[in-house]
Parts: sequence; structure tokens; C-alpha cells
Amino acid sequence: MRIALRIALAASAALLTLGVAQAQEKTLRIGTEGAYPPFNNLTSDGKLVGFDIDIAQALCDQMKVKCTFVAQDWDGIIPALQAGKFDAIVASMSITPERKEKVDFTHKYYNTPSALAVPKDSTLKGVTKEDLAGKTIGVATTTTHFNYASKTYTDSTVKGYPSSPEEQADLANGRLDAIEDDIVVLQQWLDSPDGACCKILGQPSPQPVEIFGPGAGIAVRKGETDLVNKLNEAIDAIRANGKYKEINDKYFKFDVFGAES
Amino acid sequence: MSATAAMVERPPPRTRGWPRPRIVGYALVCLWIAFGLGIVSYLFFAWNPAFFAKYAPAYLRGLGVTLSLVAISMVLGAVLSMPVAYGRMSRNRILSGLAYCYVYFFRGTPLLVQTFLVYYGLGSFRPELQMIGLWDFFKDAFNCGVFAFALNTAAYQAEILRGAIESVPRGQWEGAASLGLHKLQTLRKIVLPQALIVALRPYGNELILMVKASAIVAIITVYDLMGNAKLAFANSFDIQAYIWVALVYLVMVELLRHAIEWIERRITIHLKR
Repeated sequence: MRIALRIALAASAALLTLGVAQAQEKTLRIGTEGAYPPFNNLTSDGKLVGFDIDIAQALCDQMKVKCTFVAQDWDGIIPALQAGKFDAIVASMSITPERKEKVDFTHKYYNTPSALAVPKDSTLKGVTKEDLAGKTIGVATTTTHFNYASKTYTDSTVKGYPSSPEEQADLANGRLDAIEDDIVVLQQWLDSPDGACCKILGQPSPQPVEIFGPGAGIAVRKGETDLVNKLNEAIDAIRANGKYKEINDKYFKFDVFGAES
Repeated sequence: MSATAAMVERPPPRTRGWPRPRIVGYALVCLWIAFGLGIVSYLFFAWNPAFFAKYAPAYLRGLGVTLSLVAISMVLGAVLSMPVAYGRMSRNRILSGLAYCYVYFFRGTPLLVQTFLVYYGLGSFRPELQMIGLWDFFKDAFNCGVFAFALNTAAYQAEILRGAIESVPRGQWEGAASLGLHKLQTLRKIVLPQALIVALRPYGNELILMVKASAIVAIITVYDLMGNAKLAFANSFDIQAYIWVALVYLVMVELLRHAIEWIERRITIHLKR
């Protein structure tokens, strides 16, 4: 009897959550990382802030849907999207062929180059494979920067970190000779007291589009073309009506959108 | 011995028919079998020779790193656990207090936190560490992992050792003393051989826990088994990466479990009737 009661309770609880889920279908759940300032970051009181968040909010306003944000570790962000924990990723995710096999992307909503940072007293002169031979480079794993570093700097040791703050900490304390990351993310860190140790060394060149992709896009589950189209229209709309520029100027002194495509 | 043995009652005869606990039991077992078959069939259909060829060498390298990490930490921990266990059993207030605090801290905080404290915490004391010449050691992530793991397992092993030694009746110490045996002789020849039989199981458990806990070092940039699995997943977005790594850990644990059972059968042979 007791077992039957429990099963009935569990079943009704499942039905209830199903009902709630259906009621929430109007809201768009957006997944982001929260460890990639200034694009997305978790404040000390647990709020998500940053360029990605503001852009996503502007897109939601444009599409007239309610949005909620979910913070998710970078490693698991695509599986979490596929598992339905949220409906779109707005987390500075570069559009790459490997990712395109798993998810669908909108057009880019910004594109900034990759760069290397080193300690201020570093003797490194350039960013080529030869310059960095024998050195240790830190990069966040599952990123385009990591793919580039492990393909390019084959004579160096490439160490993978869960996210950018860890690689920055290890550059500051001297475990690493250099780190590779988005130039805007690096600059933000170098301008903070923690980044006082270090400086930008330079940008790798060329930055092949087959590794770095055309820029950062919004990822949705495969086959949700409707959502992709709506988001693309919204991106074009906020580019046109000045909302994008307003957000851009709040964070950056230059246009991060890059060349019109 | 024989008097107590005679008093033992026969177990009740097995109930016939299908009482409810039996039905539930069978249903649950069937459910687990179905899950198992599901995983096996998934691996069978998702079998991807390209994935295997590409990542198997990396997994093997990772396995080597994991095994050496666990082995070094276990041995260092065993060495370190002896003075700690001595401290725990000491009548000296200060000594036993210190040992108690050590064990209290390392058993009371997560290994993940300890590993982070060693890796990133000590990282911020670089100038001081350089001054005393220890930075070269702590610069390396693997060394940091071994350091944290050895300290952690030493606390657990000290408690295992203490418990085992205290499980030997005091009368044996007194008997040995009356025969004129020195304390160290008593420990080595009389107490430890009995204590280590008691300690074998807990030691085995600790070893198995360490094998599984070693996956933690993957987040301080050590490419152990788990680190390579994460990398394989990052490059392929294929959940197989984690299923394979889980299977490797499972096989390792199962081998260890059987090895420990074998050793136990061997060393308790004189206790069996």
C-alpha cells in the first residue's frame, strides 16, 4: 500500500513539473558561463552581468519574450543545451564547424581577435611557434583559443584550464609563460589590479577562420530554425536601431561587431 | 568457541511463493539489468573505431599518470601517517592535540578544497616560496596534486592505523612486557601482525577512494585519466568520452577489490576452521 502511495505521489509530482514546464514555454531560457568578463560574469552577489547578458536582454525585448538566465560551466554548456536545461547559449561562443555539428548558430553578434598575454618582465619577443618553443602556454579548454594553441604551438606545452580566471591566476603566479585568450577579456583583466603583473604580447597572425570561426554567435538546439530566424532578425534590428551601439559603448571604446558580413 | 557455535540458530527456511518484498526485489533487479543492457547496447551501436583510435593512446597515458599519482600519494601518505598515528595515541597533550587537529582538518574538508588551496593558494605565495627554494616543486601541477593527496590520505591512514593498533587487546602488551619484550619489539612482533589484518579492509577502501578521488587533479591542469577524457570530450562533444573513462575506473576498482580479497583470504587462513 505504502509503495503504491509513493508511486502515485511521484507520478503526480512528475505531472506537476510537466505542467509547470508547459506554462513556462513562453519564456526563453538562456545559458551563459559567468566567468568571462567583460562578456559574461557572475557578480559577488550571484547576478549575471556583462555584454552577452545585455545583448541577450535586448534581443528578448526586441522579440517580446521573457528571458531567464542560467549560469553553466563552459565544459558542459553544449550538453546542457541539448539536455534542455536552457534554449539558447549567449556566452561568446565562437561559431566553429565542430560545434555546428552539434548545435545551430545565428549570425555572429560580435567578433574580436585572439591575443597572447605574458608577464611584464617576459623576454618573449613574438607570438610565433618558434618564439614560444619550449614555453608553457595556458588556455581555457573547449575554446577556439585552445584549438588554435594546440594546433599551432606544437613545440610548447599547452595547459588546459576550466575557465579564464584560472589561467590568469597561473600566469600571475608564474606557472605559465603566456596565456592565449580573447583580446577584450585579456585587456579587462590587465586593467584590473590582479592583472598588473602582465601585458599583451601580441595577436597571432593570421587567425584562420576555420579555427576561430566568423565570430561569436548564439547557439540553439539542432533544427530549431524558427528560433534562429527570430534571433537573427532581432540581431539585425538592434544593430539598426542603435540599441547594439548603446550596449557596445557601455563596455568598449571600439565596435566589437567587426566587419559587416 | 564450540559452546557458542552450538547456540547459533539455523536460519529460517526460505519462504515460498511470491511475497511482496520478493516481487519488488525481482522488479528492481530487472530494472538494473535493463539499465546495464541499455548501456552495453549503446556502446555497441555507438562504437566508433575512429574515436577509439584517436583517443585510446591519450587514455593510456592518462591512466599512467593516474596510477603513479595514486601510488606515490599512498606511499608518502603511509609514511606520514605513522608519526600522526603515534601522535594520536600519545599521552602527551600537545602531541595528541596537534595530531588531532591535523586529522580533523584533513578529514573534515573536501579534497577538492585542499587541492585548490595547495595549487592556487600556494601559487600566490610565490616570492616567499622562491626564497626558500620550494617554488620549483610547487610550480608543477602534478607535484601539487601529490602533495595535497598525500596529506589527505595520511590523515585517513593514521586513523586506520590507530584503530587497528587499538583493536589489539591491552593484555597482549602487558603479557609481552612480562616476558621482558621491549615496547618496539612488542609492536613489531606481536601487535602489528594482528593489527594489519584488521587494517587491510580499511586500507583497501582508502586505496579505492583515492583512485576515484584522483580525478580531481584534472581541474588543476594535470592530464590524468579524467583530464584526457575531458579533452577528448572537448574535441568531439561525444559522451562516449566519459562512458569509457567510467569503465576504466570501474575495471581498476574491481581489480583492486579482488586483489584485496585475495590478500585477505591468504593472511586470515589461520583463522578459518
